[in-house]
Amino acid sequence: MNVFDSLFEISESLRTHKTRTVLAVLTVAWGIFMLVLLLGAGRGLQNGVELQFKDDAVNSIRIYGGKTTIDYKGLPRGRSIRYENEDYEQIRSNIEHVDKISARYYVGGDSTVRYGKQQAAFDIRGVHPDHLYLEKTVLSAGRYINENDLTERRKVAVVGAKVVERLFEQPAPLGKMIAINGISYQVVGVFTDDGSQDEEETVYLPITTAQLVYAEPVRLHQMTYTVGDATYQQSKESEQQVRELLAQRKNFSPNDQRAARIYNNLDEYKKVTDLFYWVRVFVAVVGVGTVLTGVLAVSNIMVISVAERRREIGIRKAIGATPGSITRLIVLESVIVTVIAGYIGLISSLGLLELLKATVPENEYMYQPDVNTFVVVAVTLLVIVSGTLAGYLPARRAAAIDPVQALQPS
Amino acid sequence: MIELKSIAKSYAMGEHQVRALVGTDLFIGAGEFVAIQGSSGSGKSTLLNILGILDSPDSGTYTLDGNLIANLSARDAARYRNRFIGFVFQSFNLIHHKSALDNVALPLYYQNVSRRKRHKIAMEYLERVGLADRATHKPSELSGGQSQRVAIARALITQPALLLADEPTGALDTQTGEQIMSLFRDVNAQGMTVVLVTHEREIAEQTQRIIQLRDGDIIRDERL
Repeated sequence: MNVFDSLFEISESLRTHKTRTVLAVLTVAWGIFMLVLLLGAGRGLQNGVELQFKDDAVNSIRIYGGKTTIDYKGLPRGRSIRYENEDYEQIRSNIEHVDKISARYYVGGDSTVRYGKQQAAFDIRGVHPDHLYLEKTVLSAGRYINENDLTERRKVAVVGAKVVERLFEQPAPLGKMIAINGISYQVVGVFTDDGSQDEEETVYLPITTAQLVYAEPVRLHQMTYTVGDATYQQSKESEQQVRELLAQRKNFSPNDQRAARIYNNLDEYKKVTDLFYWVRVFVAVVGVGTVLTGVLAVSNIMVISVAERRREIGIRKAIGATPGSITRLIVLESVIVTVIAGYIGLISSLGLLELLKATVPENEYMYQPDVNTFVVVAVTLLVIVSGTLAGYLPARRAAAIDPVQALQPS
Repeated sequence: MIELKSIAKSYAMGEHQVRALVGTDLFIGAGEFVAIQGSSGSGKSTLLNILGILDSPDSGTYTLDGNLIANLSARDAARYRNRFIGFVFQSFNLIHHKSALDNVALPLYYQNVSRRKRHKIAMEYLERVGLADRATHKPSELSGGQSQRVAIARALITQPALLLADEPTGALDTQTGEQIMSLFRDVNAQGMTVVLVTHEREIAEQTQRIIQLRDGDIIRDERL
């Protein structure tokens, strides 16, 4: 059968029943509109949260000391686990997926920092050069701690912007000497940190210098490393390797979670992405439900349409319409209604999402609400399939109409 | 043209079996103009439905234009109706949202004739029934007589072997009925076999042969 002819027949039938057609179109269009809008909004929420994670090193693993809670190899529980330079070296060279790595040595007690007559207490940390990346520190002047500082145990310091603010009348501290607990260091760099304001009240020293000055030449308080492009699974494996390595070196049970406390940032990240996965599933279920409601409405309308056109269908069959041609006519009509409605819904929801993207400023709750090509293709398939289903049963009913009965004078 | 042998048909009406046709034999030659007469319940509608392949007999054989009509699928029955048979009904049965022209052209739609060509042919048939100037009118804008002439044009457009009419003048006044009958006579004069069902003696008498049905059987077959 000529497609153009069929389309003409259908458009004629749809025009004859304008109200009914418009109602059917609105129901399906609304369903698709809500589905796509919800999916886009869900994506926007996820983008917003992921934006927050970008401030920290998402893929970092932090290792703290602890106390054993399991008796192991004749050793009692309650032993303190502490780290040394050799632990750092072992992790750096033997653990898979280590990308950037740094240890920390905290200078404890009241650490008074003095410049000229000004003095104040700040956090003092000895670190490795990679610490710059791990903390996402932003240098605003000078340089960071480097390898030469470590090997030569130089007395240099990188200070936060708040430290400069407190100690220096003029903000030009590079090359100046500051005193920390009475020992002089040269300021070689100044940094800011978007992630946290408190960070800017910190002074960084080369870790070897700090260990030497405070007479603990091998002691480390904490270690942090990133896993580069490793997957979540790989990062969990890497984490497990570290636990086993440290358990072996320190003689504690590898199952003792409290002996070495290891925090994998990807765990948090994964929790959030998992949450949003389920949000999307939920949204899709609700949205598809809405679309199905629309499809049922179309099907219902087609049933009424067939009942109303019973006589017409009887006439058509009497003058030679095959059951197949009647089925095709009704199914095609249903598909055309749902596809047109679907695209009205799709285009208006995409338009609204674009409008939101253009007008709502970047914020942590909603960022770049969008749907991808997959959604567009899926929606297209959804409306075609559901239109066919919606039309099929009414069409079968229409095809089975007995012309003798349909043509009885009423 | 038409050969019926021992055609029987019964219906279930509630708990009763109603025997509409009890074993009817009938031969109608090509070019005949026949009226089937009978009271309501005589089986004349059933006979017409069987002739029109809208219904199938319980037993017996029906041969139409040399084709044995038996065990047809719904699809093949539709094809036969489309090619061999033209229908005219008491209540016209035009499709109300289509123009007169589109109504006439519809049978050709089911023969995959292009829209332009079938409109051209439909226009010729409208002219033949004298309604070329009503081509764009909807059925609701036509009088009863005009509607029936449109229906006749629609029945003729496929050039069927057999024209079946069920009480074609039943809904019309006498004068309009006369016009319709004269149209049937013209069609028949050009060689088409015409079978019409009527309960009116005056109408039946305008044909060449009257077949009287009662209780599902032919009781009289008179040639005029």
